[in-house]
Amino acid sequence: MSNLIKGATGDWEVVIGMEVHAQVLSNAKLFSGAATAFGAEPNSQVSLVDAGFPGMLPVINDYCVEQAVKTGLGLKAKINLRSVFDRKNYFYADLPNGYQISQFKDPIVGEGRLILDMPDGSTREIGITRLHLEQDAGKSMHDQHPNLTFVDLNRAGVALMEIVSEPDLRSSEEAALYLTKLRTVLRYLGTCDGNMEEGSMRADVNVSVRRPGDEYGTRCEIKNVNSIRFVRAAVEYEARRQIDIIEDGGTIKQETRLFDSGKGVTRSMRSKEEAHDYRYFPDPDLLPLELDAAWVEKLKGTLPELPDEKKARLVADYGIKPYDASVLVAEREPADFFEAVAKGRDSKLAASWIMGDYFAMLNRLGKSVADSPISAAALGELIDLIADNTISGRLAKEVFEAMVESGKAPGVIVEEKGLRQVTDTGAIEAAIDDVLAKNQDKVAEYKSGKDKLFGFFVGQVMKATQGKANPAAVNDILKAKLQA
Amino acid sequence: MTSELNRLTLAAAKEGLAAREFSAVELTKALVEAMDAGRVLNAYVTETPEAALAQAAEADARIAKGEARPLEGLPIGVKDLFCTKGVLTTAASHILDGFKPTYESTVTANLWRDGAVMLGKLNMDEFAMGGSNETSYYGPVVNPWRRTGDNRPLVPGGSSGGSAAAVAADLCLAATGTDTGGSIRQPAAFTGIVGIKPTYGRCSRFGIVAFASSLDQAGPMTKTVRDAALLLQSMAGHDPKDSTSVPTPVPDYSAGLTGDLRGRKIGVPKEYRVDGMPAEIEKWWAQGMEWLRDAGAEIVDVSLPHTKYALPAYYIVAPAEASSNLARYDGVRFGLRVPGKDLTEMYENTRGEGFGKEVRRRILIGTYVLSAGYYDAYYTRAQKLRRLISNDFEKAFGTVDAILAPATPSAAFASGEVADPIAMYLNDVFTVTANLAGLPAMSVPAGLSAEGLPLGLQVIGKAFDEPMVLNVGYALERAANFTTKPETWWRA
Repeated sequence: MSNLIKGATGDWEVVIGMEVHAQVLSNAKLFSGAATAFGAEPNSQVSLVDAGFPGMLPVINDYCVEQAVKTGLGLKAKINLRSVFDRKNYFYADLPNGYQISQFKDPIVGEGRLILDMPDGSTREIGITRLHLEQDAGKSMHDQHPNLTFVDLNRAGVALMEIVSEPDLRSSEEAALYLTKLRTVLRYLGTCDGNMEEGSMRADVNVSVRRPGDEYGTRCEIKNVNSIRFVRAAVEYEARRQIDIIEDGGTIKQETRLFDSGKGVTRSMRSKEEAHDYRYFPDPDLLPLELDAAWVEKLKGTLPELPDEKKARLVADYGIKPYDASVLVAEREPADFFEAVAKGRDSKLAASWIMGDYFAMLNRLGKSVADSPISAAALGELIDLIADNTISGRLAKEVFEAMVESGKAPGVIVEEKGLRQVTDTGAIEAAIDDVLAKNQDKVAEYKSGKDKLFGFFVGQVMKATQGKANPAAVNDILKAKLQA
Repeated sequence: MTSELNRLTLAAAKEGLAAREFSAVELTKALVEAMDAGRVLNAYVTETPEAALAQAAEADARIAKGEARPLEGLPIGVKDLFCTKGVLTTAASHILDGFKPTYESTVTANLWRDGAVMLGKLNMDEFAMGGSNETSYYGPVVNPWRRTGDNRPLVPGGSSGGSAAAVAADLCLAATGTDTGGSIRQPAAFTGIVGIKPTYGRCSRFGIVAFASSLDQAGPMTKTVRDAALLLQSMAGHDPKDSTSVPTPVPDYSAGLTGDLRGRKIGVPKEYRVDGMPAEIEKWWAQGMEWLRDAGAEIVDVSLPHTKYALPAYYIVAPAEASSNLARYDGVRFGLRVPGKDLTEMYENTRGEGFGKEVRRRILIGTYVLSAGYYDAYYTRAQKLRRLISNDFEKAFGTVDAILAPATPSAAFASGEVADPIAMYLNDVFTVTANLAGLPAMSVPAGLSAEGLPLGLQVIGKAFDEPMVLNVGYALERAANFTTKPETWWRA
C-alpha cells in the first residue's frame, strides 16, 4: 500500500508523530483532592492548591500514578521505577501557579509500542517514545464579556498522561488509526474515557514531508486537535501546504500551528523564535517518584485482556478473519457480545450476523451494544434456528427485524408468524410440480438452454410456500426434475 | 509585677501560669502593653490584641480545669510568612495587599493546638529575601540593641528581623521564624537571642509562603535554648500535606538538655576561617571551643572543603526556585492587581509595583540561571555543588557529633550601612551551608562585641539530631551566661 502523495515535481512522503494528552480517569486531581467531573459549574471544583494560593503544596494522587503505570504496561512500555516531576514555567491567566507540574527528563513510562490494524488485515507497529504525567491548565473564556476574560479553574490540576509517539506514522489514515487504537487501549485499561468531545483526549500532531528515502524534513506542530476526523483533515491540509511551499522553492519554518476545523486549514500560532523558554527544573515541592518493582509486577497481573491479545484469540479460537476480529475488539462490549453469541455455535455465522445486520441495526437506532434491544442470548437463539434448519437465512432477517420491533424471542416469533421452514420434501415436491405444470412454456425455454430461468422457478416455489421451503431442498429437487 | 511579665522566658511563664502566679490574660496584657510601647521598633506588621486576649481567656479556663496544653496561654509572635486564617498575611510585600488566608499553616495550627496565644504578625524582609529587614514593604525593623555610645538605629538582621527584634525587646515571649539561608540564625545572633533552623522536613512547609522550597524551614526564635526546645516540640512533626516533610518521630527536645558533653566530639571546620573575618569573631569562636571542652567535649578539627562554593551555589538555587515560586503573584486571583490594557501589561504593572527591588533582583537572577543555554552552567552546577557540600558534612559527621562555627561574620550593622547587594549576601556565608545540606543548625548568643553588640555561635548537627544541637547549644548558653538585655530606650 503506497502512502505517497503526488506533487508537481514527484512523490512525497508525509512523516507524522503524535503527542496525545489523555485525561487520567480519576475522581480527584493529580496533586489535590478536588473533583474532576465534566460539565460542573465554573470554579466549583477548585482547591486552594489548584488555585495556587500562597503556601499551598502539591501531594501526589497515588491512583493517578497507578493509572499511568497501567497505561504504560498496556503499551508494553518500560516502567521507570524512578521518575521526577518538573516545573514548566510560563505565565498565563489560567495557569494559577505560573508553572505546570510535568515530567521532563525522567518520565514515569519509557519506550513502548502500539499496533495498528490496517484495513487490509495487516498490522503495523508504531513506537511509543514515552508517557509522562502532568497537570492540565484551567480554561480562559474570552466570550463571556466584551472586554474581560473569565477563567474557569475546574480543569486546573486535572491529571493528564502525555503519550508521545515516534515519527513512525506515514499517512493521515495511519494517524487516525493510531489515535483510534490508542483510545481503544486506554478504554480497555479504564485509564482514560477517550471522550474527545469532552476534551478527555487531544492530540498535538507533528507533520513534516520529505522525498521517499530522504532525511526528515522540518516539522510543524499542530496543537490541540480534538477529534479523529480533524486529525485526518489537519494532516492532509498540512502535508499539502508543506509540499506546495517546497515545490514553489520555499522552505518550511519550524512553528506551532492551529487547526481551524471550520475552514479545514492550519494556521501559524507562533514561530520557533517566539517559542517559550519553559525553564524546566525539578519541582522542589515533590520528591522523586519511586515505584516498587513488585508493585508494578502485581499491577501487571490485574490488566484486562487487551485488544491485540483478544484479537489474536478470536482469530485462533473462532477462526474469524483478522480484520473482522480487529473490528470486533475495537471496543470491549462488541467483542464480549461476539464471544457470547459465538460460543458453541458457528462462529463465522455469528461474526457475519454481528458485523452485518446487528451493527447496521445499532447504527440505525443510534444505540450501542450496552443498550441494544437484542441480547446475545436472543441473537444466539436466532442463529440456532438457522443452524437446525427451522428457518432459512432469508427468513431469519425477517425474524431479526421482528425481534428488534417486539423484543420477543426468535422462537416465539417463528411460531406466531408460522415461519417454520418446510423441510418435508413431499410438500416441496408438490409445490414444484405445481409450478412446473403452470409454466410449461418456461420449462421448454429452460430446456432449450435458457439456464437463467432456474432462478425464476426457485422464486415461484418460494412464493408458493411463503418462503418457508428450505432453499437447499428446493434447489436439489428442482434441478432433478428439470433435468428429467 | 504585671509590667515585668513580658520579660519572662517561655519556660518561666509556663511555670508561673501553672503555679497560678498570674493568669494568661494578665500575661497577655503585659505583652500587648509591651507591643504598644515598642511600636517604634516596627516589629509587627499586624497586631491582634483582641484575639490574643480571647485566646488567653480560653487558656485561663483550661488551666482552671487542669486541662492545660503544652503551650497554654503563652503569647508568641508569628513571622508574617505563615498563613494565618482570617488574619492579614503579607510576606511583607505590597503584592499581597489585603490577603487574608482562609487557611492556617500547619506549624501555626500546631502551636494553637497546643494552646499558644497569637499576639500578631511579625515584620520581615519581603518574601524572606534579605539579611537586614530593610526590604520590607512595611518599613525596616529597628534592632533594640545599639552600639555603645551611639544612637544610630541598627538592623536586626533578616529575614526574620521582626521576630528577632520582638523577642529581644520582650514584645513577645517567643516567635516563629523561617530560615532559607540563615534567616533565623543571623537575626538571632544580631539581637542576642536563640534561633534554631531544624532539619529540612522536620517542620511542615504547608501554609508558609514559599521562598525557596528546597531550603525553607520553619523554626523557633526564643530567649533561651530551653524555650527553643519547648516551641520546636509543638512546631515539628510529619504533615501529609507537605510531601517533603519527614515521618520520623519527634523526640522529647527538652529531656536531653543536660549540658553534659562528656564523650562527645565537636568539630571545628577550618574553612570557616574566612578572609577578613574580624578578630572578635575568632575570639568568641575560640571561647566557644573552651566552653564545650569545659562541658566535657573533645574539640576536633574537621574539613568541609567545598564551603567556599556554598554562597554562590545558594545564590543560584534559592533565586531559581524563588523565580518560579513567586510566579503565582500575578494579580489574577488575590492580593494586588494593577490593571493594564492586556494580560501582559497587567502582569508587568502588578509585579513591577507589587515586588520590591530585592525581590525583583532575585526573580531576574533566578529566571536567568534557569534559562535555556545557562541552565547547565548555573543550576546544574549549583546542584552538584550542593551534593558535594552535603558529602562534606556527611564525612565530618562520621567522626564528630556536632560542628561549632560562628553564626555571622559581624555584629549588627547600621541601617543603610550595607548598600551593595553582594556585600549583603556575604552575611550568609556561615549559615547557607546548613540549608544546602538540610541540616539542623542553631545560633546561641556568646557575648558582646567591642561595640557592645551581641554575637552568636552556631551549632550544626546531623540530620534529625536536633537533641544534640540543642544540648550543645545549652552547654554554650550555660557557660556564656549571656544575660545582658538591650536598654529599653524605646520606652523612654
